[in-house]
Amino acid sequence: MDSYINAGNFLKEVGEIARFTLKFLITWFKPRYEIKEFFKQCYVIGYKSLPLIGLTGFIMGLVLTMQLRPSMVDYGVESELPAIVGIAIIREIGPVITALIFAGKIGSSIGAELGSMKVTEQIDAMEVSGTNPFKYLVVSRVLATTLMLPILAILSDAISLYGAYLGVNIKGETSLQLFWIQVIDSLSFNDVIPAFIKTYFFGFAVGIIGCYKGYNSNKGTEGVGKSANAAVVVASVLIFIIDLLAVQITDLLGYN
Amino acid sequence: MQTETTKEIVLQVSKLKKRFGNNIVLDDFSFELHRNENIVVLGKSGSGKSVLIKCIIGLMKPEDGSIIILGKEVNEMNAEELDKTRAKIGFLFQSNALYDSMTVRENLEFPLRRHWIKHKKEEINQIINQALSDVKLTHTIDMMPSELSGGMRKRIALARTLILKPEIILYDEPTTGLDPITAKEIIQLIIEIKNKYNTASLIISHDMNCVKLASDLVVMLIDGKCYANDTYSNLKNSQDKNIKQFFE
Repeated sequence: MDSYINAGNFLKEVGEIARFTLKFLITWFKPRYEIKEFFKQCYVIGYKSLPLIGLTGFIMGLVLTMQLRPSMVDYGVESELPAIVGIAIIREIGPVITALIFAGKIGSSIGAELGSMKVTEQIDAMEVSGTNPFKYLVVSRVLATTLMLPILAILSDAISLYGAYLGVNIKGETSLQLFWIQVIDSLSFNDVIPAFIKTYFFGFAVGIIGCYKGYNSNKGTEGVGKSANAAVVVASVLIFIIDLLAVQITDLLGYN
Repeated sequence: MQTETTKEIVLQVSKLKKRFGNNIVLDDFSFELHRNENIVVLGKSGSGKSVLIKCIIGLMKPEDGSIIILGKEVNEMNAEELDKTRAKIGFLFQSNALYDSMTVRENLEFPLRRHWIKHKKEEINQIINQALSDVKLTHTIDMMPSELSGGMRKRIALARTLILKPEIILYDEPTTGLDPITAKEIIQLIIEIKNKYNTASLIISHDMNCVKLASDLVVMLIDGKCYANDTYSNLKNSQDKNIKQFFE
C-alpha cells in the first residue's frame, strides 16, 4: 500500500514540476522583462561560482590524470595520456562534474532563498507591489542558470586540462604546447558540440528545480531546509538522466 | 464638512465565503470601511482574519461574495486593473516581508519603481525620506533589514506601506511579537498616519490594547461570520458571552 502511495506522490510531484516548467515556458518571453534582475543573477550565479568551479575543475583534471597513468603505462600507451584525458574531460567528466557542483552551490541557494522568501511573505509582498514574482524571481534565475552553466563548463574544462597538464608532468615530461596539440588533435566536432549543448539542459534543470522547490516551500523554517536539500538531490538525479538521454540521442544521430 | 453618515465607502465586503477543504473560514462575512476610519477585525488565532485581508488584496480568491474597493469589484479585475488598485492599498504584513537582499532604501524604492509610476531620482529620494521621517527612522536608509531590531523592521515595513500614499491600509497583526512599549509606538503611528493622510485602515489584531487605541469600529469575526460590529466601548459593555471573552 505504501509503495502505491509513494508512487502516487512521485507522479504528482513530476506533474507539478512539468506544470511549473510549462508556466516558465509560457511566461519567459512575455513583457515585462526583468533585465536588471537577470544580469544581477548572472553575476551571482555565474561570476561568483567561478572560484569553486575553477578549483574543483583543476583538481578533477589533476586527479583523473594521476589515476589513469598506471593503467596507461601497463598498456604501453602512456604517450596517449593527454588525448584520453582530454576526451574524458570534454565529453563527459567536465560537463557532468561542473553541473553537479553547480547544483550543489546554486540549486541549494536558489531553493533556500525562494523558500525563505515564501515563508516570510516576501513573495506575497512582491505581488502586492505590482510585480509578477514568477517573472521576477523564477524566470530571471532559470535563464541565468541556463546561460551561465555552459560558460562555467567551458572554463572548467579549460582549467581541468591545465590540471591534467600538471598531472602528466608529475611523472613525465611534456611541454604545454605538445600537451595542447595532443588534446586538440584528439577532439572532434562530435566530442565538443553535444557536450556543450547538454550543459544548457543541465543549467535549465538546476534552475527550474531550485525555483520549483523554493517557490513551493511549505511554511516554516524546516520547509526552507527541505527545499534547499531537495533542490540539490532532484537536480543531481535529473543531471544524470539528461546525460543518459543526451548519450542516447547523440548515438542515434550518429555523433558518437 | 462630511458627517459620519455621508462618509465615502472605500471598501465593501459582502457575503464573503472562503473554505479550505471542509473547513469554512469565512461564511457570509460582510462589513464596510469608510474614508478616514480605522476598523479592527478581532478574532481568535486561526479564525480567518489573515485570510480575509489576503482575499481583499487579491492574494487569495474567495469562493463567493463580493469585495468592492474604491468602487471596483476585485473579483472582476484583470491583472492590470488589480495592480492599479493595489497601488492605492498599503499592506503591512505580519512578518514585515522586508526583502532581505535589499537595503532599506531599495525596499522602499521597490514599490515606487514597480507600479509603472515615473519619478525623477530626486523625487524618489524625497518620497523615501518623507516615508522614513514619518516612522522616525531616517538614519537607517542604507542599512540591511538584518541589522534592524524587530520594532525597527516593523516601522520600515510601515514606511514601505506608506510610500505610494495609499488610500486604504491593511494591517495584518501589526503589534504581534513586539514588546508592549514598541507595540504602543506602532499603534500611535497607525493613528498618526490616519490623521495625517486621511486614510482608511483595516487592522487585523487580537491585541486588545491595539483594538482599544486604534479602532473607530470593531468587527468581531467568530465562526467565519461578522458576529458584532460596534465601537470598542459598546462591545466592552456587552453581556454576550462570545464577546465578553475577548475583554476579560
